[in-house]
Amino acid sequence: MMASWFRIQAIFFKELIQLKRDRMTFGMVIMIPLVQLMLFGYAINTNIREIPVAVVDQSQTSLSRVLIQTVRATQVVKFEREFQDIKSAEDALKRSEIRAVLIIPHDLGQRVARHPSSGFGSYASSDEETSRPIAQWVVDGADTAIAATIKSLRNMPLTELVSVKPANRNTPTFEVTLFYNPEQRTAVNIVPGLIGIILTMTMIMFTSAAIVREREQGNMEMLITTPIRSIEIMLGKIIPYIFIGLIQVFIILGLGYVLFDVPINGGVWSLLAITLLFISASLTLGLIISTIAKNQLQSMQMTIFVLLPSILLSGFMFPYEGMPVAAQYIAEAFPATHFMRLIRGVVLKDLEFTELTFDIYWLALFTLFGLIFASIRFKKNLG
Amino acid sequence: MTHTREPEYVIKARHLTRNFGELKAIDDLDINVEKSRIYGFLGPNGCGKTTAIRMLTGLLTPTSGEIEVLGLRLPQDADKLRFHIGYMTQKFSLYNDLTVRENLQFIAKIYGVTGKTQKHRIAELLSIYGLDQKQTQLAGSMSGGQRQRLALAAATLHKPELLFLDEPTSAVDPENRREFWEQLFDLCNQGTSILVSTHYMDEAERCHQLAILEDGVKRADGTPQELMNNMAAHVIEIESSDLRQLKQALVQMPEVITASQLGARLRVLVHNTVNDPIGFISQNSNVNRESINITRPSLEDVFVTCTGNSRQ
Repeated sequence: MMASWFRIQAIFFKELIQLKRDRMTFGMVIMIPLVQLMLFGYAINTNIREIPVAVVDQSQTSLSRVLIQTVRATQVVKFEREFQDIKSAEDALKRSEIRAVLIIPHDLGQRVARHPSSGFGSYASSDEETSRPIAQWVVDGADTAIAATIKSLRNMPLTELVSVKPANRNTPTFEVTLFYNPEQRTAVNIVPGLIGIILTMTMIMFTSAAIVREREQGNMEMLITTPIRSIEIMLGKIIPYIFIGLIQVFIILGLGYVLFDVPINGGVWSLLAITLLFISASLTLGLIISTIAKNQLQSMQMTIFVLLPSILLSGFMFPYEGMPVAAQYIAEAFPATHFMRLIRGVVLKDLEFTELTFDIYWLALFTLFGLIFASIRFKKNLG
Repeated sequence: MTHTREPEYVIKARHLTRNFGELKAIDDLDINVEKSRIYGFLGPNGCGKTTAIRMLTGLLTPTSGEIEVLGLRLPQDADKLRFHIGYMTQKFSLYNDLTVRENLQFIAKIYGVTGKTQKHRIAELLSIYGLDQKQTQLAGSMSGGQRQRLALAAATLHKPELLFLDEPTSAVDPENRREFWEQLFDLCNQGTSILVSTHYMDEAERCHQLAILEDGVKRADGTPQELMNNMAAHVIEIESSDLRQLKQALVQMPEVITASQLGARLRVLVHNTVNDPIGFISQNSNVNRESINITRPSLEDVFVTCTGNSRQ
C-alpha cells in the first residue's frame, strides 16, 4: 500500500516538473479560460439588438415617421438605409448589407385607422380590410435567430401612433416573473456553462495527450518493466490536472463575477464537490481516449470529437429541452450535459448538490467505470 | 572445486515459441543463462531478439513453452519478477525533459527506494557512471554515451539480480562502448547476471556465453571460443591479383559458403566436408598453394556459417 502511494507520487511529481518546463502548456492552462471567458462573455448574446435594416417609406407622412421612430425605440433594429423602391431594397437584402426591410405602404393612415388595435369607431367595410397589417417586414430568413427576433415585432403595441388612447386597451393575459436572471443577461447563463466547456476541452486534451506522449517518446517501454501498475500511472497522471482544473474554475467564476456580475449564489462546498466530480469524469474520458489513440494527432482529433457535441448538445448554447428526443439521448452520454445542469443549479439557483442526485450519480459512475475500463485497456495495450 | 557442480541458472527456457499471426517471431527456443555471467543474443535486426527478451521479462506472453527466471515461473509471476530485474530498452526511454537527478529520483520512487537510502544510492550511481557534473542537466541535452550511462544507472538503481540489455550500444561511439562493457563486467563481478542482445561481433565476443539467432531460431550457442572451434567450415585467406573475378568463380561452388574481400585478400569459408581446403582452392582456381593460408576463424565467420545456410 505504502509502495503503491510512492509510485503514484513519483508519477505525480514527475508530471508537475514536466508541466513546469512546458511553458506553452502551462500558459494555456491560464490563457484558455481567460480568453474564452472574454470571447464568450462579451460576444455571445442571445438577446439580439441593433439588427441593421432599411426602410422603404411609400407613405412619407408624419404618421410614417412616427412609426419608424416607434420601431427604432425598441432598439431591436437599427435603420441604416432608406430606399425609394422595393426592388433596390431587396437587392441590398441579397447583398447582406441589411437583414430586413420595413415597407410602409402609401395608405398607412387608412390602415392604422382601421386597425383593430387602434380602437377607433369606424368599422371596416369587410373582414379582409380589418385584417390588413399596417406595414410589412421583408426579412432575410437565413438566420433563424434574427428572423425570430423580427417576427416578435409583429405584436408590438401601436399606441404611440394614435394621439387618442384607445378605450379598450389590451391587458396582458399573463404576468411573467423571471427568476434567477431577471435582467435576462446572457452572461449569467453563459459563464457557469463555460466552466463545463473549458474543463471538457483542457482536461480531456491534457490527459489524453499526456499518456499518448509517454508512449510516443518511448517512456512507456521503460515504465512497463518496472513494478508500477497501470492504475497507479493513471492516478498519478490525473491528480495534477485536478488542481489545474480547479485553478481554471477559480479564474472563470472570479472573472465572471468581476466582469459580468455573475452571482455565485450556491454554497462553496457544493460548487467544489460538483466541479471535482466533473473534472474527474473529464480526466477519465481523456484517459480512455489515450488508451485508444496511437499518437497525439489522433488524441487531438478525438478530443474535438467529444468537445463539439459538448458545446452544441449539452445545453450550453441551445436549451436541452428544445432538442429532438434522439439528440437528448445522445446529449446524456456526455459528462458536460450533466455538469451544465449541476453548475447552473448551484451557481444561479443556490441548489445544494444533494438536490441534484441523478446528475451526481451519473458523473460518479462514469468516472468509476471509465477508470476501470481505461486501466483494463491500458494493460491490454502492453501485451 | 566448483566446476563439477551443476551450474546455477538464472534463466531457463524450454521450447519457447511466439507467433504474431502467421509470423513465427520465436520458434522453439531453449536457453540456459548461468548466474553471474554475461549471456549474449547475437543476430541481425528482426531476428527476434527483442521478442525473446520481452518474453523472458514477462512483458509478453509466449504462445507456448516454459520460462523460469530467478526461480519464478512466467508469465504467472511476472509482477513479482519486476522487483528483481532491470531492463534497459533499445531506445532511450527515460524522460528527456527531466534532469539526470530527477530521472534517478523518479526511478527510485517507483522501486520504493526512498529517504536516506535513495540519496546514498543516487550519489553512488552518479559517481560510478561519471554523471556527478551532469546531475542538473536535462537528459535530452546529453550525448548518446552520457544518456546510455544514465539509462544503465537507472536500470541498476534497485540492484537487480538480473539485467536485460536490448542492444544497449546502438547509439554509442566505440570509445564509450568499451567503457560501457567495463561497467558491465564490474556489475557481473558483483554477482549480477546479464543478458544482452547485440548485432556487433566485437560485443558478442566479449560475452561469456552466446546464442546466435536467426529468424527466431537459435542456430548455435556456447562460449565464443567453443563456437569458433566447432565451426563447420575452414577459413581460407587467398592473396591474389584479380580478387573480384576469383570471388565470382568460388561462390558458384557448393562447398564454398561465402567469400568476402578484405583489402588485398579474399577470405573464403569452405565447408568442412572438404578435407584439404588449400588443395581444393588451388585446384579450382589458378592460384598457387603459397598464396593460400588457413587462418583462425572469427566470430563473424561463425555467424556467417551458422546463418548463411538458410539463405542459399
